[in-house]
Amino acid sequence: MATGIRDRVAILGMGCARFGERWDAGAEQLMVEAYSEALADAGIGTPQIEAAWLSVAFDAINIGPSGIPLATALRLKDIGVTKVENYCASGTEAFRGAVYAVAAGAADIALALGVEKLKDTGYAGLPVRSRGTTLDMIGVSGSAPGNFAQLAAAYSAEHRVQRADLKRAMAHVSVKSHANGAKNPKAHLRKPIDLDTVLNAPIIAEPLGLYDCCGVSDGAACAIVTTPEIARALGKRELVTVKALQVVASNGWESQASEWNGSYLHTTRVAATRAYAEAGITRPREQLSLLEVHDCFSITELVTMEDLYISEVGRGWTDVLDGTFDADGALPCQLDGGLKCFGHPIGASGLRMLYENYLQLLGRAGPRQRRPAPTLGLSHNLGGMPTQSVSAVAIIGLA
Amino acid sequence: MAEEAGILAFGAYVPQRRLQRAAIFAAHAWFAPALGNVAHGERAIADWDEDSITMAVEAGRDCLGGINRATIASLSLASTTLPFADRQNAGIVKEALNLPDAVGVLDVTGSQRAATSALIQALQATAATRRPQLCLAAERRQARPASEAELLQGDAAAAVLVGHGDVIARLRGSHSVSIDFVDHFRAAGETLDYAWESRWIRDEGQIAILGKTIAEGLKAFGVKPGEIDRLLIPIPHRGVADAVARTAGCRAESIADNLAATIGDSGAAHPLLMLAHALGTARARERLLLVGFGQGCDLLLFETTAAIARTPRRTPVAEALAHGQPDENYLRFLFHRGLLGLERGMRAEAEQKQPGTTLYRHRRAVLGLVGSRDTRTGAVQYPPAEISVHTGEATAGTHEDYPLADRPGRIVSYTTDRLAYSPSPPLFYGVIDFEGGGRMSVEFADAGSESIAVGRTCRMMFRIKAVDELRHFTKYFWKAAPVRRPA
Repeated sequence: MATGIRDRVAILGMGCARFGERWDAGAEQLMVEAYSEALADAGIGTPQIEAAWLSVAFDAINIGPSGIPLATALRLKDIGVTKVENYCASGTEAFRGAVYAVAAGAADIALALGVEKLKDTGYAGLPVRSRGTTLDMIGVSGSAPGNFAQLAAAYSAEHRVQRADLKRAMAHVSVKSHANGAKNPKAHLRKPIDLDTVLNAPIIAEPLGLYDCCGVSDGAACAIVTTPEIARALGKRELVTVKALQVVASNGWESQASEWNGSYLHTTRVAATRAYAEAGITRPREQLSLLEVHDCFSITELVTMEDLYISEVGRGWTDVLDGTFDADGALPCQLDGGLKCFGHPIGASGLRMLYENYLQLLGRAGPRQRRPAPTLGLSHNLGGMPTQSVSAVAIIGLA
Repeated sequence: MAEEAGILAFGAYVPQRRLQRAAIFAAHAWFAPALGNVAHGERAIADWDEDSITMAVEAGRDCLGGINRATIASLSLASTTLPFADRQNAGIVKEALNLPDAVGVLDVTGSQRAATSALIQALQATAATRRPQLCLAAERRQARPASEAELLQGDAAAAVLVGHGDVIARLRGSHSVSIDFVDHFRAAGETLDYAWESRWIRDEGQIAILGKTIAEGLKAFGVKPGEIDRLLIPIPHRGVADAVARTAGCRAESIADNLAATIGDSGAAHPLLMLAHALGTARARERLLLVGFGQGCDLLLFETTAAIARTPRRTPVAEALAHGQPDENYLRFLFHRGLLGLERGMRAEAEQKQPGTTLYRHRRAVLGLVGSRDTRTGAVQYPPAEISVHTGEATAGTHEDYPLADRPGRIVSYTTDRLAYSPSPPLFYGVIDFEGGGRMSVEFADAGSESIAVGRTCRMMFRIKAVDELRHFTKYFWKAAPVRRPA
């Protein structure tokens, strides 16, 4: 029987580019920016990297196909480089590839790098893209906000939450992330906002307004992983290790079987359950120190608190309003500003979440450092839409 | 008594929006003040995702309720506004109606009387084969802004199923004359008509040709003009029907409502639309004279039978008249007709190329909305799949075809999207569950914030999904329309 990934792989170094509308930088510059920081942090040279995984979602308007753009940008010499894509969960998917390679003993040191250059489309929001020749004939021509707005509608209906109450709770999520993002020099959006600004913003997809939607950003993030033994041999004293890593993809049950009510993310619930088992966590709300979740929309963060079994089902919105997930709350969420303000360069986001948890665990988060120092951080990286999703849950902690 | 050929069933479809003629005139009064003479009432307008094919499908579905579709021998589609010049438009309708492959299909076009000519042919065919023939007619009319036609025309579709047996109206006779009277024309490849003076068309064309032909025709049928109970003249101009009736010797009170004030002249579809309207209120043993006009004319004399009183009363046109939605947005109408180039933004530039191979492989699922049903568990899924989403068991050959188009749905969730591109924003879409099983993500048609709600019943409608503007290919699929709440 599989024994899981717990404590078998350590993070040797991490890096993250400044996110935002990087008119100055292409994908290559963003990759190099993140990688240089990670390499310096790891204290190694490029020749020591034995395998690499690249995550990118919109490759056609970006770096193009295959792992070659990463190999070329970083001059990775004569190693296997694999490109992965799993919607917005791609970043954690690249991390999984590198971590599994090390855990399997196939590589001593492996690299995971995610990048997305989204601001070369000419318009705001995510690019329109094909879902394949079959689905394009029968699929809905909707947008990401529209798909997640349905989550809000179903949540309201299922738990009998009034629109005004849900709007207020969702606004609290965004106000909190803006306050956090303001303290993060690498964040895309660094301006604090107030509740009224959020509540009075134009509606994008009812009930989601402009400030319920995350930033669409350029950026890259990167992790170099190895075994705990090699990390110590390379001089690392304080080690951050992988406690759990779970990915779950929808098989059509939500969208075709008439059994799901639309008010939660099925894949997140399954991935969380498995991740807690792998990490040996039984009381997540007490045991976890901090959360980085996939707040593509404010409603997603709110519902995710329930899907991660942090909040009771139907009570996520009151926990949000109680300040539970604020920077000074019992279990802070998105200390770096989250997707909302750090930004959401799709392929990089999962690794960016890991980057923040890594910094916080090592006490290196500067003015936004959580005290007392955290010991266990969870990141939740979600791809697709509520009806068809990929959920990735990663838990890292001090060894 | 030998069974006679006649009408087995009829149907109609009128798009729900009614553009107010006063709103059209208000935009043009500075330029064409004479249009004020016809700026009364309203006209039906197809939505951006409707064309002659989609409207024909809806009329066909309306007509075929309760009819075994496997019995139909042929389907014809009459229209002068068919989307494809070389791809059988009726063949697309056949796929959407889920008729068996072993059926004849035919596009009939080139004249405003295409539908009456096709109806005569179908009645002759059924006399020979004794098998039912489905005659559809639809028109999504296109007129130049500030023309009289823009106000007088309307968009609609109608259907008539002819055959033998328990007909509700039997054919007493038909008659055609062909005269190259060019009241208007549209050259191949053009989208707009060019018309001659309306007074000449009225006096020398409509009144003279129709009056004479009707008198001759009725004599041949052995029926006196005064014995016609309903005279169906599909011409919107005021006074024409009166003058024709007078010339032919028919009673003034036999003149049927030409729907000019409420729907507008739906071109080739209009004779069948008027026929469907008349049959909706006809009693047994009424004589209906149906007229088609265009480079000559067609006459069809029907006499209703006792069966019309026995079958449940159907009034699709009257229902459409009762449920029209007044619309004053003339700019939206122009935009939807491609007559106003609004800045649509880059999201409208998405690639819409349709691989022919994919469409062919999936044509029953895409055009016919056929899902699959697990023969062991009864579970339904859409799109059809080899492996059951319920059990996950990979057992090949246990799924059967399961048509979903005529099953009511219930809205599970929906959204009102102002970001995604739609020619008619906001875009409504969501998830529905079908009665009897099956779940589907859908775009909604004919939806508004007031008509859409979780739990609301909806019915599937055949619509345009997108248009590949680069290659001029129209893509069709099914959308869910919220059903009106009972009054």
